[in-house]
Amino acid sequence: MRIILHIWRQKDANSPGKMVRYEVPDVNEHMSFLEMLDVLNERLIEQGEDPVTFDHDCREGICGACGFVINGIPHGPQPSTTVCQLHMRHFKDGDELYLEPWRAKAFPVIKDLMVDRSAFDRIISAGGFISVPTGSAPDGNAIPVPKEKADLAMDAAQCIGCGACVAACPNASAMLFTGAKISHLALLPQGQPERRDRALKMVAQMNAEAFGACTNIAECEAVCPKDIKIENIARMFRDFISASVLKRAG
Amino acid sequence: MGFELNAKIPSGPIEEQWDKCRFEMKLVSPANRRKFSVIVVGSGLAGGAGAASLGELGYNVKCFCYQDSPRRAHSIAAQGGINAAKNYQNDGDSVFRLFYDTVKGGDFRSREANVYRLAQVSLNIIDQCVAQGVPFAREYGGTLANRSFGGAQVSRTFYARGQTGQQLLLGAYQALQRQVAQGQVQMFPRHEMLDLVVVNGRARGIVTRNMITGQFEAHLADAVVLATGGYGNVFYLSTNAKGCNTTAIWRAYKRGAGFANPCFTQIHPTCIPVSGEYQSKLTLMSESLRNDGRIWVPKKPGDKRPPNEIPEEERDYYLERIYPSFGNLAPRDVSSRAAKRVCDEGRGVGPSGNGVYLDFSDAIRRLGRRTIEERYGNLFEMYERITGENPYEVPMRIYPASHYTMGGLWVDYKLMSTIPGLFVAGEANFSDHGANRLGASALMQGLADGYFILPYTIGDYLASEHPEREPVSKDAPEVKEALDRVAGITRRLLEVNGKHSPDYFHRELGKIMWEYCGMSRNEAGLKRALELLPELKERFWKEVKVPGENEMLNQTLEKAGRVADFLELGELMCLDALERDESCGAHFREEHQTEDGEAVRDDENFSHVAVWEYKGDGERPQLHKEPLVFEYVKPTVRSYK
Ligand SMILES: Cc1cc2nc3c(=O)[nH]c(=O)nc-3n(C[C@H](O)[C@H](O)[C@H](O)COP(=O)(O)OP(=O)(O)OC[C@H]3O[C@@H](n4cnc5c(N)ncnc54)[C@H](O)[C@@H]3O)c2cc1C
Ligand code: FES
Repeated sequence: MRIILHIWRQKDANSPGKMVRYEVPDVNEHMSFLEMLDVLNERLIEQGEDPVTFDHDCREGICGACGFVINGIPHGPQPSTTVCQLHMRHFKDGDELYLEPWRAKAFPVIKDLMVDRSAFDRIISAGGFISVPTGSAPDGNAIPVPKEKADLAMDAAQCIGCGACVAACPNASAMLFTGAKISHLALLPQGQPERRDRALKMVAQMNAEAFGACTNIAECEAVCPKDIKIENIARMFRDFISASVLKRAG
Repeated sequence: MGFELNAKIPSGPIEEQWDKCRFEMKLVSPANRRKFSVIVVGSGLAGGAGAASLGELGYNVKCFCYQDSPRRAHSIAAQGGINAAKNYQNDGDSVFRLFYDTVKGGDFRSREANVYRLAQVSLNIIDQCVAQGVPFAREYGGTLANRSFGGAQVSRTFYARGQTGQQLLLGAYQALQRQVAQGQVQMFPRHEMLDLVVVNGRARGIVTRNMITGQFEAHLADAVVLATGGYGNVFYLSTNAKGCNTTAIWRAYKRGAGFANPCFTQIHPTCIPVSGEYQSKLTLMSESLRNDGRIWVPKKPGDKRPPNEIPEEERDYYLERIYPSFGNLAPRDVSSRAAKRVCDEGRGVGPSGNGVYLDFSDAIRRLGRRTIEERYGNLFEMYERITGENPYEVPMRIYPASHYTMGGLWVDYKLMSTIPGLFVAGEANFSDHGANRLGASALMQGLADGYFILPYTIGDYLASEHPEREPVSKDAPEVKEALDRVAGITRRLLEVNGKHSPDYFHRELGKIMWEYCGMSRNEAGLKRALELLPELKERFWKEVKVPGENEMLNQTLEKAGRVADFLELGELMCLDALERDESCGAHFREEHQTEDGEAVRDDENFSHVAVWEYKGDGERPQLHKEPLVFEYVKPTVRSYK
């Protein structure tokens, strides 16, 4: 099939960008979306042109490197699917697709479809961990964890940090990402000692990074390739508010 | 030039060696640690765990990765689980049993002392990960759950759904980010290491390219750790991430680090087959599927009927037929070779003919669709997402693919390479897995190296060798030379201005490697490959096309550099495979097999680690041998009939 692509091309962070039209005439339905871009890029390279830059690595939907917007939807039309796992059989001959990078102030464009997501790393650095230096752990079974809690923690921990939630949110809020990490650790007994402090610090960092606030639109949940639930945002608010109150009370 | 191999295995009974070694190692006092700097290249399980632990101790650490965040290292993709000899299931597991299984699984080509230590340390790993908040699977009573995995008769595998690697890596990443916040670790994402700086025979730094600006930078330190993962992408198609490369270890090899057993590469039997020339990578389907799926091909070559129209008596359930006692659960190397054999006979299925069926219809009939859904639902979904076929109705098609590399830079017991001050950890070293790795052992090894071995052995090196007494400045001639060399390679790549993309050459390389140095190898084929590879390399340097320039984000340039190194590594792999005139583990030389096609080892002549020393471009590398002595596990013939 033939696919027409309009792709955001931007030389670097400081240059203006624009949409450029390309045609890929011989798309096979079994190709992944990124393989279609590989075919386009190989052609561009052989013509001596600059290929389209996009982040990707595992191509299995787990590393969180890939991600751009297809016709307005982060990671494209297929639910619960990263763009590297999206296949061309979901499109049809002659489709016209518009590819754009994540758009958010906290994720500046580096080049073409590639953005800088280091703000996420800084949110984790602020408190998204349990302080347990190597060697200081008790026996694994010394800390029983009820199965339901372990399962809920795992649901939240599945976040791949791709940034689709931010890209989907009209406020460019990072609350699904931050909420998922706060929930993951707050649901486990190991996470209790630092629970309050963690919520305060991570939320503060999130605010410092120019992410917006949450107004309960839930677009983030709709596009999340790992089905992270917005209940994690509720858990984050609960921890944040109780920590704030307790801190003020001294 | 020239090195001598000394594995530095401590003396005494095996169960006391690591304790003894730890006691004898020199320590750096807490106050002095901040005077030392360590470079860690790689942020996967090995590098991430190592950098975090060294930071916690108080060393100044610089950590590098090529992705945009350390959390994306390829360890993230590991599915199945991690082994540990906890014996929580009370089924008779022990440190010795894990040690024994690993040595046997590796077909008696690994170092006993290292493997024993790995089994010992496995206990601490699980404790550490649980404390970090890794959400391992639990029983209803709240204790840790286990599953069993290939090559073992006990349940010792810990897991977090099908995403064990992800969760372990996030644990290490969180510890790492904590050190970043404290200023102990400085993180350099989107930086690719392109050379090693060696001064007075010691590793003193690296040269990197900033992947956004193209700037070359020299980073200096008192010790360097490479934890840069495996080189399975030498086959082009593999289950590795697109960016996985050999560049870091290959360039260290060219600076004098010995490369051990390069031909030991593992082919995983259950991956989704290639669907076309555009294919960019292969996806693993967990080995656990073989518990309930039955593998078959049509009896008649060239039978193109849809699977449901092929009657029972015209199907060949070849694993059940050839290996009646293990059946569909025969080990990875054995199953992979059997699949290749039936496809070579023209009985392969699917559009390319390179596939075999993995059929769940019997299991669905016996257990009901619900049970199968519970057990494998997410894998079935992934399969359908990729192939568009519904495995509840049509049998899955699978085929073997390159998955893991047992070979890597040679290291002694303290994980130091033949270059003093250069340590190698995780899949990048020649590791503890001999000629074949058992499932769920790579995650264990990466974390053992990073959390529990490097932090001691690097301290020992710093305290006894005192590299800090010979400060190296950025103006040193060795640093300049390394920078110039990297700039030179880059310039050459950009100047060729040929007609083909780097991927074109990578695909060609993959075809040669898969054909002649893949699942089975023979003398004539390897010699043929050794003719083809230099030709391809020559063509690469005449015909590759890299648009753009260095001073920009240039993914084609990144790729070209990696392909250039893979082309050279491919040659060394074939040479090593030719030289190892025996079959062992994943290395199958057709000349050495029993009447029914099983591998035949030659312990008399090949019970050694083959370590290659670089002797210059176009020169034959020199082979060194580290003899392997088995005092605790006596070599026997592996049989799975
Ligand atoms: C699909 C799949 C499933 C697997 N499942 C299992 C399993 O269930 N159980 C198990 O035990 N093992 C499994 N394995 C194997 C295991 O995942 C790996 O062997 C292990 O994670 C490797 O860890 P590592 O730290 O050595 O390297 P990696 O995690 O690959 O990390 C390499 C690091 O080095 C960096 N790097 C590489 N080159 C450079 C360079 N030139 N410059 C700068 N940085 C560089 C990368 O950025 C990355 O940070 C699986 C492997 C695959 C591919
Ligand atoms: S490339 Fe890893 S999630 Fe898409």
